[in-house]
Amino acid sequence: MTPLLSVKNLQVSFPTRAGLVKAVRGVSFELGRERLGIVGESGSGKSQTGRAIMGLTAPQAVISADRLTFADEDLLRLSLKERRRLRGRRMAMVLQDPKYSLNPVMTIGRQIVETLQTHEDIGRSDAKARGLAMLEAVQINDPERVFTLYPHEVSGGMGQRAMIAMMLICGPELLIADEPTSALDVTVQIDVLGILDKLVAERGMGLIFISHDLRLVSTFCDRVLVMYAGRVVEELSSANLHAAKHPYTQGLLNCLPQIGERRHPLPVLERKPEWAL
Amino acid sequence: MTTALSVRDMTVVYDGFAALDRVSVDVSHGESFGIVGESGSGKSTLLRAVTGLTRFQEGSLTVDGRSYDGRKRDAGFYRTVQMVFQDPYGSLHPRQTVDRLLLEPLVIHGFDEVDRRIARALDEVGLGSGFRFRYSHQLSGGQRQRVAIARALIVEPKILLLDEPTSALDASIQAEILNLLEQARRDRHLTFVMVSHDLGVISHMCERVAVMKGGEVVETVPVEALERREFSQDYTRRLLTASEGFRRD
Repeated sequence: MTPLLSVKNLQVSFPTRAGLVKAVRGVSFELGRERLGIVGESGSGKSQTGRAIMGLTAPQAVISADRLTFADEDLLRLSLKERRRLRGRRMAMVLQDPKYSLNPVMTIGRQIVETLQTHEDIGRSDAKARGLAMLEAVQINDPERVFTLYPHEVSGGMGQRAMIAMMLICGPELLIADEPTSALDVTVQIDVLGILDKLVAERGMGLIFISHDLRLVSTFCDRVLVMYAGRVVEELSSANLHAAKHPYTQGLLNCLPQIGERRHPLPVLERKPEWAL
Repeated sequence: MTTALSVRDMTVVYDGFAALDRVSVDVSHGESFGIVGESGSGKSTLLRAVTGLTRFQEGSLTVDGRSYDGRKRDAGFYRTVQMVFQDPYGSLHPRQTVDRLLLEPLVIHGFDEVDRRIARALDEVGLGSGFRFRYSHQLSGGQRQRVAIARALIVEPKILLLDEPTSALDASIQAEILNLLEQARRDRHLTFVMVSHDLGVISHMCERVAVMKGGEVVETVPVEALERREFSQDYTRRLLTASEGFRRD
């Protein structure tokens, strides 16, 4: 069986005045209908990996790969128009902060309907019915009301649910969630993750979950890639997190304060240049 | 122990909505006191009302033996109390160099030897003088938060109010900033009041913690009680479970 997504030796570089900055340097992985986590610090290339798959990299960037395929499509050979046709319908992305990623001058309902009408030939009333059903699926109690609200009128947790609804309404096969809960309160975080988890399982999607929080990712995903300076330094199954061999992965695990632990000062992360080689 | 900060029945009302509803909190000298709660629980409003950024309508505030009213704070207050904000991107002046940012509080409070003090403040937060003439947009999030901490510490306050100082940062950078804060507290015998929605961070940094919900303090417990699960409120339990990560039931 062909995997849903196959990435081989992906490179993303940005030309700058100081020369070529290599953000992603040879990332390879395959994804089935499973949950994959990508973890790393700011600047590790985790978001750029997700964006390259979506086709949302800034236009001046140089992307190359030995292989970048999604189901039966060769993403490297598709035109911009063909990429656009995939985006939103077959692959979708949830971003970090609903305050910035939703359109501020459009009601939540209209944004959801817009997604649907872009990809499907569907009448207005049908689209609205599907939108309302989707809002209900992300556990919004009062979908009729939320449908008519603007993004600034809802809380962060509600906004992120609306975002998930918008991304899932066309039934994509692949969902990339880039720090989907980092802007939310801890309790809301758990609720939103629960909703995401249920929908991903029910619909049999592939999920790439990008975050800097290794513990959170490991409780949510089946498998985790740890990135450092544009490379994957370690791949782990979530169950074997404690068997992490790479000192960078161990550092990411140890630097979080835990209730009931006395470690003063907290161990900080070492960053050795040879790991980036 | 003497009381560094005492808040009695503080009430803040915005357009008929009680953001703080008769909140009382006592923090001793040298203590590290935590406040947890979700967005809208009033935890940041409490810090803002203490510093005078928000007016409080009822109740009383005593800091280091002196009483303050709902609105006015004099220069002496800010010599005693300083604050570090959540978002290091929003809390530093974008058109001022680090040097200028650190100079301003020194000038306001009439300090001498400004040059030496700025150099020392940067050293203390682990930045060094190489950062002195940079602008905040040339710094990373962690470096910016270090500058914000240096700015707060440079006037030698006794009490530091910390409003989610690490929630905008990566987990790895968070550890560095928390260590820096603990070091500063030890060296300067500071009193901390720290607000966070992350119980892990609060239990690491604080000795006592107040749990806030809907503008009220629902309970105040020592951190050890939290670890032993000895608390009375269901809400505290929810926060505790949530901070342990996602679970598939």
